[in-house]
Amino acid sequence: MITKDNYKNDIKKYQPKPKLLKNCIKAFIIGGLICVIGQALTVCYMNIFDMTTKQAGNPTVTTLILISSLMTGLGIYDKLGQFAGAGASVPVTGFANSITSAALEHKSEGIVLGISTNMFKLAGSVIVFGVVAAYVVGLIRYSIQQFF
Amino acid sequence: MKIGKHSWLFNNGVFVQSSATVSGPKEKLGPLGDTYDYSFDNLYCNEKTWEKAEKALIEKAINLCIGKTNIRKDAIDLFIGGDLLNQIVTTSYVARDLPTPYLGVFGACSTSMEALAIAGALVDSGNSHNVLAGTSSHYATAERQYRFPTEYGGQKPDTQTSTATGAGCVLVNNEQSDIQVEGATIGQAIDYGATDPLDLGSAMAPAAANTIVQHMEDFNRQPDYYDLILTGDLSSVGTPIFKKMTEQSGYDLEEIHRDCGLMIYHSNQKVFAGASGCASSALVTFGYVMQQLKDKKVNNVLVVATGALLNPTIVQQKESIPCIAHGVVLKRADAS
Repeated sequence: MITKDNYKNDIKKYQPKPKLLKNCIKAFIIGGLICVIGQALTVCYMNIFDMTTKQAGNPTVTTLILISSLMTGLGIYDKLGQFAGAGASVPVTGFANSITSAALEHKSEGIVLGISTNMFKLAGSVIVFGVVAAYVVGLIRYSIQQFF
Repeated sequence: MKIGKHSWLFNNGVFVQSSATVSGPKEKLGPLGDTYDYSFDNLYCNEKTWEKAEKALIEKAINLCIGKTNIRKDAIDLFIGGDLLNQIVTTSYVARDLPTPYLGVFGACSTSMEALAIAGALVDSGNSHNVLAGTSSHYATAERQYRFPTEYGGQKPDTQTSTATGAGCVLVNNEQSDIQVEGATIGQAIDYGATDPLDLGSAMAPAAANTIVQHMEDFNRQPDYYDLILTGDLSSVGTPIFKKMTEQSGYDLEEIHRDCGLMIYHSNQKVFAGASGCASSALVTFGYVMQQLKDKKVNNVLVVATGALLNPTIVQQKESIPCIAHGVVLKRADAS
């Protein structure tokens, strides 16, 4: 029996269940693979350009962003995202995809009001929470250092 | 003439003179690919922006529809149409280039039947002679406005539908033809408290069931009076809910019901729960159904187009989604 008062529960059996385990495994594999590529890039930069681990960090991230943006433009990353879910959106490549896809989408409204205004539409929340979280963690660390 | 509680019976005779459908490339590859009058081979429809592409779809459909008749563009008394974009901008910009008075309507994905019902009423009452009704939707324009950028890599749930790219158009007047618009049932805005914009099939099922039950009561008919009862875009999620709800009200639709959203694509075309958008019901009704009627394969068809009346802002404010469904009866003029 489907009723108005209890509609959300009454229709549950008709709705497909999210495939949690399958999605977790796919996310783990693809997300892990992206990190492995990142690690390989770091090792390359360290060996070829004689960088320290810290120095190799920035070019590694930049390279991943470049690859992800190109894949977004070529229409591949959304398919990867559909397959891997969080595995494709959590790494820095997902962040780059959210910016590039928004920029591409709003290209038709011009460079200033289209691309520039809208490119952080999805990534903006990540930046805000990243900055706020860093500030809070910094404060906690500072207090611990001061008092203990 | 009013019949029952929420229905109109066009007893002076309203007839379909012609109809036309134009689809995008993905729809062309679907099961109904052969029924479309024209299909673009790229999603941009040879234009520079998605919005212009959608405009090209409906423009093409209008031209094809009028071209099938002897009626000149300036002999059309009224163009009624709408689409999914803010301020129904696609239809309005198409109307700008027509030498015709224009009424813009919005019923989300139910716009096809809303426009046809109004067209029927105006022809029946004698206020207009030739009326053109049309609607369009485009995957990329709808996706951008209601969801995320098209290239965004977020994972979509299996309950989500995929907006069909296409446009459909129909021209009606009071001159005898094969296909008659017999009447219409206008739906109420129904809200059962569904809040998930990525599962509109569940949200729209009660509206579709409500309109169909009301239709049967108003016209004093049973479902088996019809050879085919279509719903707009309930998808694979909403369809079983809808069937269960009509069954609860005493109407068994199992044998004669089909959902347009499940007819447009093959199951391997990766559209999740099915097709949605104004084009979903328009492509099926103004192409496939009209041909079936013409070929005498069916005599009486009830098309109930379903629409979710949401907007992204209000959904983010945690409001639930009101939905609507409008039904139109199409029949062979020589059928009893």
